[in-house]
Amino acid sequence: MAVALETINLVKRFSGIVASNNVSLQIAKGARHALIGPNGAGKTTLINLLTGVQQPTGGRILLDGEDITGLSTHERVRLGIVRTFQINQLFNDLTPLETIGLAVSERRGQGLDWWRIVGSRPDLVAEVVEILERFHLADVIDKRTAVLPYGKQRLLEIALAIACRPRLLLLDEPAAGVPEDERHEILAAVAALPADVTVLLIEHDMDIVFSFADRISVLVNGALFVEGSPEEVARDPRVKAVYLGEEVADA
Amino acid sequence: MLPSPISIRVATEWLSARARWQPLEVAFWIVAFAAIWLFPDRHLILTEIAWLGLFALSLDLILGYAGIISLGHAAFFGLGAYAAALLAKYEIINEPVLALLVAGLAAMALGFVTSFLVLRGSDLTRLMVTLGLALLLRELANRLGWLTGGADGLQGVSIKPVLGMFRFDMFGHTGYAYSLTVLFILFLIARRLVNSPFGLSLLSVKGNPLRASAIGISVDGRLIAIYTIAAGYAGIAGALLAQTTSFASLEVFSFDRSADLLLVLIIGGAGYLYGGLIGAIIFKFMQDYLSALTPQYWPFWIGLVLVVIVLVGRDRITSWTAPFRRIASHLSWRTLARRISAASGERR
Repeated sequence: MAVALETINLVKRFSGIVASNNVSLQIAKGARHALIGPNGAGKTTLINLLTGVQQPTGGRILLDGEDITGLSTHERVRLGIVRTFQINQLFNDLTPLETIGLAVSERRGQGLDWWRIVGSRPDLVAEVVEILERFHLADVIDKRTAVLPYGKQRLLEIALAIACRPRLLLLDEPAAGVPEDERHEILAAVAALPADVTVLLIEHDMDIVFSFADRISVLVNGALFVEGSPEEVARDPRVKAVYLGEEVADA
Repeated sequence: MLPSPISIRVATEWLSARARWQPLEVAFWIVAFAAIWLFPDRHLILTEIAWLGLFALSLDLILGYAGIISLGHAAFFGLGAYAAALLAKYEIINEPVLALLVAGLAAMALGFVTSFLVLRGSDLTRLMVTLGLALLLRELANRLGWLTGGADGLQGVSIKPVLGMFRFDMFGHTGYAYSLTVLFILFLIARRLVNSPFGLSLLSVKGNPLRASAIGISVDGRLIAIYTIAAGYAGIAGALLAQTTSFASLEVFSFDRSADLLLVLIIGGAGYLYGGLIGAIIFKFMQDYLSALTPQYWPFWIGLVLVVIVLVGRDRITSWTAPFRRIASHLSWRTLARRISAASGERR
């Protein structure tokens, strides 16, 4: 098994509180890996550590075997670790066209290009248009992001991450807050992610987790509690007791 | 349901929409240059408007496009002014355009070094840091009396002809043409810059720094870059003042200057490049007109204007002019062409 991302004894303490406790996680290349756990289990902290928003108190993070623990967020993005946000983090005054155009030009290393007018590279525009069409944003490309329907904003949230061409994509509750009738569009987009992209899904909704993941890690109190295939995790009595409880019993 | 395919041509057009020249813009610059011949007796105040507009453009680059607020922008303006005055006084560089560039580079160097102070912190922190820096420089210039002339200012500066051909005169004829040309060139560069991928990345950093870094943008790097560039613009504005008046005094660093600058930009509106220029025109003519009426009390009226702007713009005071701009943007080439063809159709 080729490992895309590995954490070794990752620890994060906030003045006495242990948010991540010796997390040693391995995510296989091309995996559909889900990270679940009750509120306060340390999922958000783990994402912040993986993306470089916070520095760990101890431990290491390896991407394809290379130590990236000391790198900043934007350096990790350049290496291919890209995330989406549970609560939309978009550019409200830009249009989807500009937003994706920005991400694509940054990825191509043309972000410091200050003499060329935006949109003057036909191949870049073609790629931007392709991404927008793939994520069903074709009909709103010239609207201000702030006025888009919530479901479209969620799609843009994912499209923006994809425009960075991730090797490892961290999806933080992609369908959070999306109304029922727009949900399938988001889930279809998640299901249609390129197979060569490794995905780590952080999710509360067990239906999504079990339909999407081929591997599940359960985080409790900042530590890895159980890890295994969806069947193993669903069967595990400790998981049922601690976390899944009635939800799995019902399923 | 499949979305309708977007043509790349249309997408390109929409992406570059911000960069297209609008009829009002063209008219603005035609009037500005026509003033060289049309209003020869107003060249002194027009010169002041030109360098103040450039100074405000500089603040717009950091406030309107990158969200960095400053109450000490006079630090760079003052450095540029003293640099230009000293270069001329000691005949180090006699040609004004070259001296202008050197003054701009000196201000850029100061901008780069001090940019690290404005990377972190809230608006309030930034206000205090920039304010402190300008005060610091003012006192430094005061202490270095042997070089700067201290509180008396730097006297005995004589500026040689621009490009060796155009001599400065007491009516400001050369001064205005020179300042306006410099302003126009730097405006074109700024316009190009804000409509580039780099400019778009600045807007993203201003709008959502968290996400900007999450798509691979070095937020600090972009802020350092634009702060350095803006400092250069401010330095050149200061150098224009020194060259057109043959004088530099401690007042170039003053707090009033930084505060007035913020006012100028707010009057004109931030984030569309013309705000600083329009603000400078309104501010200077208002100052000229009101101080003729009541020499001592003109700041009263400025204060009143500021309060009205705050009431109109509420919490978005830097873009209180947005509704007017929206109306103005309806006057595009297409509507202009339509109106002209309609008018000519009627005549037939």
